[in-house]
Amino acid sequence: MSSQTASLLVEETNQVNEQSNDIVEVTGIEKVYPGGTVALQGVDLAFPRGKMTTLLGPSGCGKTTLLKIIAGLLDATAGEVRINGKVVSGPGPERAFVFQDFALLPWATVVKNVAFGLEMQGVEKTLREKKAREYIIKVGLAGFEDNYPHELSGGMRQRVGLARALAVNADVLLMDEPFSAVDEQTRRLFQEELLRLLGMENKTVIFVTHSIEEAVYVSDQIVLLSPRPGRINRIVVPGIDRVGKTSDEIRRETGFLDTVEDIWDTLKKYLDDERMI
Amino acid sequence: MSSAIAEPVTTVLPKSTLDTMILWRTLSVLLLFGSWEIAGRIPISIAFPTFLETMDAFFTLIFDGRMFYAYAETLKPLIVGVGISAGFGISIGIGMGLNRTIQWLSEPIFIVMQAAPMAALIPLVTFVYGIGLAAKVCAVVILAAPIIVLNSYKAVTNANTSLIQMCASFQGSRMQQIIRVIIPDASPMIFAGLRLGVAAGFIGVILAELLITPTGVGDLITYHRSVAEYNYMYAAVFSIMLFAAVTVGLLEKAEIAFFRPERKQKKGG
Repeated sequence: MSSQTASLLVEETNQVNEQSNDIVEVTGIEKVYPGGTVALQGVDLAFPRGKMTTLLGPSGCGKTTLLKIIAGLLDATAGEVRINGKVVSGPGPERAFVFQDFALLPWATVVKNVAFGLEMQGVEKTLREKKAREYIIKVGLAGFEDNYPHELSGGMRQRVGLARALAVNADVLLMDEPFSAVDEQTRRLFQEELLRLLGMENKTVIFVTHSIEEAVYVSDQIVLLSPRPGRINRIVVPGIDRVGKTSDEIRRETGFLDTVEDIWDTLKKYLDDERMI
Repeated sequence: MSSAIAEPVTTVLPKSTLDTMILWRTLSVLLLFGSWEIAGRIPISIAFPTFLETMDAFFTLIFDGRMFYAYAETLKPLIVGVGISAGFGISIGIGMGLNRTIQWLSEPIFIVMQAAPMAALIPLVTFVYGIGLAAKVCAVVILAAPIIVLNSYKAVTNANTSLIQMCASFQGSRMQQIIRVIIPDASPMIFAGLRLGVAAGFIGVILAELLITPTGVGDLITYHRSVAEYNYMYAAVFSIMLFAAVTVGLLEKAEIAFFRPERKQKKGG
């Protein structure tokens, strides 16, 4: 791939390749909330192992609902979720969730918050706190171990949430708009750090975001959902080659900008359709 | 959604703010006692002693031991009544918040109990339980329990859903969710209910001592009113207010120590 466009080639496909390598599979997922609101309908998706997949779509398209169904935090009305080929019906040790509002225990210190997932899994105190401290250093919060969440900035709180999810060593990381509560500078910094951490940890990530640019920058594949009821519209694979390039260089490349524009065109159609209604 | 905060934030009050707070609080107390002293000196009523006369009577009651004897009597039904109200009240309240059947069964009873003038039932309590300890305990419970139950119930139903989901996402069992997340998260409101309940318990015990049989602090009030020693009567009333305020303050400290360590005030520079 010599040219910029070629290096950031956008592939469109109706199904994910390498089916056997898919760690998470959802088939026929439907979610109807009490009151009759159909949030999701006929969702079939596969998430490749070790890759980052982003769920993107207009507000209310069921992105978070789908993520929570995969996490086992919500029951689907129909359909099934398979992790490593096994049907699951609730949360499990192979999945960890990073919450949009951080979901930190206000009465617990940073180290206790990070160790919380391990505590729930019955890991002995000394061991879990040792592991928690390792991840606190990894996410760049060394020195804040004994602080309480209200003493941290929004960005620092989300690092605690990320460290907590990484500490349990789950194969799949489910992230619900993790950077929506932080400012733009911190957000970009986070994106870099997330990619660095994931490079080290080799996790599969399912990521929900509202930001097209963020989705294109961090993802291996982007799943575009249609407005309610949420269905798969198409899957975009931005083939970003990050080797030897800075964040700014990547963001200025034609291929990157074309992909952002292409996704925006799709989402804009939805907005136009809504206005027509 | 909380807003983005670029810099770490803390609730540590700077020393100057702490000093200002202490100054204004002291002024508030001085203003109250000063007004009391002036009102007593006018006098607004022959039955209204000055603050200094009341304090003189207050310390006399303490040093001659009558105050201790009175509190030893008053505290028996109060401690038993508040203990029962707190134990059962918090348990029922949490149960109501966690289980619909318990909620549907208990909610109407406690809402009626909270709304109704329960003090009016004290003569009925005397009729049923006589004039002993049981009647006084019952008086404390009927006043304290509804507040404690309903606050605990509301606290649990308003527990942070995101935290509960977070606990579930790490395979926390229902019991772990309750003990490690729901109760600590609900503790500020549970303790607020407990403080209000204890205050209502004080009202209950004094009403019982005034309406059922004059014992303890109620007896001090009734006796000194009957012999027109109003400074002693007010000293007894003042002691109840002081005791209730100290108890409520200690409850707040206990809450912070056991459930909400993050609310401990750090020393500011």
